[in-house]
Amino acid sequence: MKVEPATSPLLALLAGFISELRAAGLPVSLTENLDAMEAIQHIPIEDRDAFKYALAATLVKNHAHWRAFETVFEVYFSLRGPEYDLVDGEWPEGMDLSDFIDGLDGQQRRQGGGGGEAMSAEQLAEMLFQALMRGDDALMRAIARQAVQRYAGMEPGRPVGGTYYLYRTLRNLDLDGVLERLMDQARQDAPEQLTPLEERLERDEFEARVDQLRKEVEAEIRRRLVADRGVEAMAKTLRKPLPEDVDFMHASREEMMALRRAIYPLTRKLAVRLARKRRHGRKGPLDFRSTMRHSLSYGGVPAEPKFRYPRPAKPEIMVVADVSGSVAAFARFTLHLVYAISNQFSKVRSFVFIDGLDEVTSFFEGVDDIGEAVHRVNAEADVVWVDGHSDYGHAFEVFWERYGKDVGPKTTVMILGDARNNYHASQAWILKEVEHRARKVFWLNPEPGAYWDTGDSIVSEYGVHCDGVFEVRNLRQLEGFVENLV
Amino acid sequence: MSFSFADVDSVRKGLSDVQYLADEGIAGVVYLAERLQKPVLVEGPAGTGKTQLAKSVAEATGARLIRLQCYEGLDESKALYEWNYKKQLLRIQAERQGENPEGDGMWQQIEDDLFSEEFLLTRPLLEAIRAAEPVVLLIDEVDRVEIETEALLLEILSDYQVSIPELGTVAASQIPLVFLTSNNTRELSEALKRRCLFLHIDYPDLDREKEIVLAKVPGVGESLADQVARIVRSVRQIELKKAPSVSETLDWARTLVLLGVEHIDADTAAETVNILLKYRSDIEKALKEFASSDEDFAAPIPAS
Repeated sequence: MKVEPATSPLLALLAGFISELRAAGLPVSLTENLDAMEAIQHIPIEDRDAFKYALAATLVKNHAHWRAFETVFEVYFSLRGPEYDLVDGEWPEGMDLSDFIDGLDGQQRRQGGGGGEAMSAEQLAEMLFQALMRGDDALMRAIARQAVQRYAGMEPGRPVGGTYYLYRTLRNLDLDGVLERLMDQARQDAPEQLTPLEERLERDEFEARVDQLRKEVEAEIRRRLVADRGVEAMAKTLRKPLPEDVDFMHASREEMMALRRAIYPLTRKLAVRLARKRRHGRKGPLDFRSTMRHSLSYGGVPAEPKFRYPRPAKPEIMVVADVSGSVAAFARFTLHLVYAISNQFSKVRSFVFIDGLDEVTSFFEGVDDIGEAVHRVNAEADVVWVDGHSDYGHAFEVFWERYGKDVGPKTTVMILGDARNNYHASQAWILKEVEHRARKVFWLNPEPGAYWDTGDSIVSEYGVHCDGVFEVRNLRQLEGFVENLV
Repeated sequence: MSFSFADVDSVRKGLSDVQYLADEGIAGVVYLAERLQKPVLVEGPAGTGKTQLAKSVAEATGARLIRLQCYEGLDESKALYEWNYKKQLLRIQAERQGENPEGDGMWQQIEDDLFSEEFLLTRPLLEAIRAAEPVVLLIDEVDRVEIETEALLLEILSDYQVSIPELGTVAASQIPLVFLTSNNTRELSEALKRRCLFLHIDYPDLDREKEIVLAKVPGVGESLADQVARIVRSVRQIELKKAPSVSETLDWARTLVLLGVEHIDADTAAETVNILLKYRSDIEKALKEFASSDEDFAAPIPAS
């Protein structure tokens, strides 16, 4: 389908939009592309929400991709405000708050003090407080705009990312302080002492509103950046990895939260898939005995052949994880995943180390909340020996000394870590011994392959004694590895 | 081709008339589904009204609802059609009775008869295709069938037809509105997803949940509904094994109405929380969170 950009600006915009979605990693097929084009014929473009959902329904077939879609959508379609005008794509510079203030009812106008430019910082803060107190969406949006204009200090052509402006704006708004003030106000307004439950509810309510405001601020900054630098350039800078592609070692706090949310459904899916795989395994060789036995009911004619079903032995797993700062997140996710599917293994034992080593299997026993157990591991395990810097050599020594005898021919040993040994002795011979005894030894490294063996990383020194060394940087790779393991 | 809905708003209105409160996304996708004549794949956590959506659309449009419940081991003969084997046998035997010397010509005719519509047992999918009146087809929990069985659905979803080798192709006399629901226990095949519009129904936001409670629970007061919705929202923010679904919210609200509760305090909440949460560890966690209003428990605001 070839569309002339000149004749149909909307379709051209959509084409750009879709190629950006693909660049962000969403699998958009040709049929889906065509569906989207047809869908938007039925939806009035002025109704931006409906328009967005129409595109989402045809293009995004996985809910985990929703956030990526939303960002791209905002960059491509939201910058022009409700009066969607394709020909006139210019964003009026220096848009002012007064329009919005005028649109609000009289009471709010009094508080707003008329024109936005004339307001002092105190007035703005007061207005923000009022807007949050009342949960007034329109006012919040107006304040977000005003705040960005005032505090972000955006200059055209300055090559700074959106986060920088976001940080500057939010620092000036002091949302934490506002939240406390809101809580104080709520406490005062209440006829009597707030019960813990009520207090909690109030807080959640205000937090939701503050979060809403943050989103407005973010959107406003994005809008302005797009106006400054153009759609394509912005879409590229804002591109966010999908949750399954987020790098464990460099995840931001927000991404970490997304990862934590993603791991629950992931483990569930993995468990179902593995259980099915086990059940629907291939048929094995003919089971002669059973066939003969069943043939008796047919007068000795073996009419119903019976097969031996393969019963793959469940491996015994030992996870040995480095939990020092740089790789802690990775260890956490891997432990979580392994325990979530622990019924696929006959036994799972886990050890964590930094420069000392401690067994943490008991933390996971009889607990049905794995997240909680992982949290306890971080808090309670005794893993520091001397200085709290990774020392693989010593940790392996302790492992060998205390638990080496438990490694048997059914054991699969998984070692998690970046093998950055801080120039301590490697003690690689231990790994060699372990490999002799164990069924398999795998090393999972959360660092990109290109960094291996640089600086104090000694992956390959250990790697020669392993059955495989894998780069596991994100959930996708982790899932793939664990599935093969079973 | 006439459409039941004139625009997105009329979808929402039609659904709310039958007590289903649709948000912007749901209404938009239902509207599109009818216009584009495409099936809708509805995904989301359990108990958010996925199945109910199909039922309500059927009710709102006055269409007949045909439902295919998926399960592991579902096959052609349960989903599409089956030959009525017993009746076919009877037919052959009836023919034998009237013993005819010129068997050859007869046999030809019997064979034609045997594989005629008379001996065809229609199953939900074929029934939906052949129906003369408007139909809403609900394929429930499609993620339960094996990935190979999914292929059964593809022909009907993209072309609204069913091919029966002995009879030929049965094309739809009217295009049914198709809803597939999935609890997302496994990834559906690309082929299936490509043919569908995708709709993710999440837990409703505060206002919508409150409206749902008001609409669905008789005798519930405005203030109680508000409290219920707010508490449920807070509970969902805790990391739980299974967050409370909308149906559980409704159950809880009904219980509170039955108990004559007007104002929910911590004690009432603690006594009735087992309706909302089904795992012991979840209940403990929730009680712990709400009992102590320690500042530490308040979720950190990422803004700082």
